[in-house]
Amino acid sequence: MTSTETGVHAPPRPRLPVPSLRTDRWWLPPLLTVVGLSIFVIYATFRAFQQNYYWVEDYHYLTPFYSPCMSNGCLENAAHFGRFLPDHPLIPYAALSLPLLLLFRLTCYYYRKAYYRSFWLSPPACAVPEPHTRYTGETRLPLILQNVHRYFFYAAVIISVINTYDAILAFHSPDGGFGLGLGNIILVANVVLLWCYTLSCHSCRHVTGGRLKHFSKHPVRYWVWTKVSLLNTRHMEFAWITIGTLILTDLYVFLVASGAIADPRIIG
Amino acid sequence: MSYQGQFRVWRGDSDGGSLEDFEVEVNEGEVVLDIIHRLQATQAPDLAVRWNCKAGKCGSCSAEVNGRPRLLCMTRMSLFDKDEVITVTPLRTFSIVRDLVVDVSYNYEKAREVQEFTPPKDLAPGEYRMQQEDVQRSQEFRKCIECFLCQTTCHVVRDHEENKLAFSGPRYLIRIAELEMHPLDAADRTDTAQDDHGLGYCNITKCCTEVCPENIKITDNALIPMKERVAGRRYDPVVWLGNKLFKRGK
Repeated sequence: MTSTETGVHAPPRPRLPVPSLRTDRWWLPPLLTVVGLSIFVIYATFRAFQQNYYWVEDYHYLTPFYSPCMSNGCLENAAHFGRFLPDHPLIPYAALSLPLLLLFRLTCYYYRKAYYRSFWLSPPACAVPEPHTRYTGETRLPLILQNVHRYFFYAAVIISVINTYDAILAFHSPDGGFGLGLGNIILVANVVLLWCYTLSCHSCRHVTGGRLKHFSKHPVRYWVWTKVSLLNTRHMEFAWITIGTLILTDLYVFLVASGAIADPRIIG
Repeated sequence: MSYQGQFRVWRGDSDGGSLEDFEVEVNEGEVVLDIIHRLQATQAPDLAVRWNCKAGKCGSCSAEVNGRPRLLCMTRMSLFDKDEVITVTPLRTFSIVRDLVVDVSYNYEKAREVQEFTPPKDLAPGEYRMQQEDVQRSQEFRKCIECFLCQTTCHVVRDHEENKLAFSGPRYLIRIAELEMHPLDAADRTDTAQDDHGLGYCNITKCCTEVCPENIKITDNALIPMKERVAGRRYDPVVWLGNKLFKRGK
């Protein structure tokens, strides 16, 4: 422990000729993660700043990337909570919610694992050496700020309520009555899965009951904790599924709003 | 059906060593430890390997097979192709003693630094009626067999020898979590986990969970809940305000 050398070659560790002897395709999961997250970031950035094709007037479909729409540039019916943000090409119409959602995912325990491994290679895979000479983890700035994850969880809950409200308002037909189309099914499925991702969060698991020492003294919170814990085991899956459903939902609204496709209607 | 398997086994000590090639008979149903024993019996009688129960419960035969930390006694030969060269090396995070045996005393030093179970002083025997839901979280961590696979695969110390001073590793952080979640433990484990055992070094990349032969969800059920407790204690102004308003202690 007094040696200045570090890593798997540091004496008096066993001297092996190569840093890793893994023979499997350990590089594949981090590569897929880079590809998947990059696709999402590029698509979401393009759409957030496009400032068009986010609202279907006939059916009141609002894409989640523009919810809540609060810019002065928003179409009047798409702005369910008023318009007060300046209309500027560099300010997304949902500039209040998008940064919070981005930070919710950026500080998420699953995504941290994903990008620490794939982008920062710390480590790229288990028992595969990382390239960095020093490592301090989340003990100092900026990574110590990952500890504020639960605040973005609270914000995500509020935004999920807003997304749910949007999905309910979208049961709308051109004549003003109740309507149902393929877009409604997509919007509702997206909202349900967003709730699954949000409620399966590790911070949610902690605040609902995980912080308790005596479960038997808090039977309701214990029951909630068991349900959140069940969801929590699928947090990684929900993280990826919701990336897919967000892109799919936005793309669908984009295509219908731009007139590229027509929304198949079941009612109205 | 028997076949001749190709093996590369690290032989050496703190002065140096190398991978040596062996061809050893493999029989149906065998594990890597069986092959190592046959190697000792037939070709390398002085090969050093630590083992005991051969049932995945003593945690003695930890080593690295094709670069992955595993228990030799729980690694079935059927995992590998018959023509695959199987490389067996000692754990690469600890000091070498000889061949496949390493010095794991780092772990015992860290174990001694964990404050023992501390029940409330005024609690008389029989006063607390323990319910299953109160202890089931801690029970998961009691499955640990101290094989130290999580310790050896954790990049915090595997790739950074200098972090061994500040970081106790997943095994001892789950011990702290086990005590922290125990309803009768009165010690304050949150600050000590962060300050004395290096919880902040963990970047939750889950390698400890991946290699655990007891399938303990180390990251999800111990490390992240401990990080959340630290966040509540140190980085949560709402909790801080509540403590002030309602005069709650730590």
